[in-house]
Amino acid sequence: MDRRAILEELKKVLEPYTENKELLRNIDENTDLVKDLKINSSNLVDVIIDAEAKYDIEIDFDSSEKMITVGSCIDVISQKINK
Amino acid sequence: MLYNYIFDLLPYKSSFRFVEEISFLNADKVIGHYTLREDAFFYEDHFPGNPVTPGAILTEIMAQIGLVVLGIYLITAGSEQPADDASLFFPLLSSVNVEFHKMALPGQRLTVTSKKGYFRFDKLKCHVEMHDAAGELVAKGIFAGFLKKIVNQPA
Repeated sequence: MDRRAILEELKKVLEPYTENKELLRNIDENTDLVKDLKINSSNLVDVIIDAEAKYDIEIDFDSSEKMITVGSCIDVISQKINK
Repeated sequence: MLYNYIFDLLPYKSSFRFVEEISFLNADKVIGHYTLREDAFFYEDHFPGNPVTPGAILTEIMAQIGLVVLGIYLITAGSEQPADDASLFFPLLSSVNVEFHKMALPGQRLTVTSKKGYFRFDKLKCHVEMHDAAGELVAKGIFAGFLKKIVNQPA
């Protein structure tokens, strides 16, 4: 799965937690989940749990702390998928 | 009293402690009880001559038993803490989605049952129900919050 494919899937994971759906249309690797998408930081745990189910991976605490931007999420997800 | 050490670790005191008894507790589920005190501070004004338990208080009772008691148990992994442990638990509610089904009146004994959805990265999410003494549903909802353990620094 390449980065573009992961990004498209990631949009679906982020959708329920993003109030303004318009913001999701133009996300790129630099988009910050909390600052740009306005996702409630307490819901980042739910984003991670949903991502685990979506990609059938396990994300540990150290990896979860890196998931701040769309790009860093893709880094973690692609690394776990290709393990 | 059963689960005494949990009561010692609860951060709520006196008029804002809404846990009276814990009758069941494991890593997935808690059942706890609270009897609404007729002299509680909120009845005088909510409402004058017609005391009804505020929804905010019912929510608080569900959160204290359903999230905080279970959360303390999960963090301490069921192992009893030494009595002189200076640590404190600092709970922060992050979201509540609750429906009220029935009024709760002063003097009633309420039973709260909470089933764990998940506990990860310090966040606990639970399905919580509250019943009255007749076994009728008072409220139910999905609660989530964070529980941090704060260790007091020596003075």
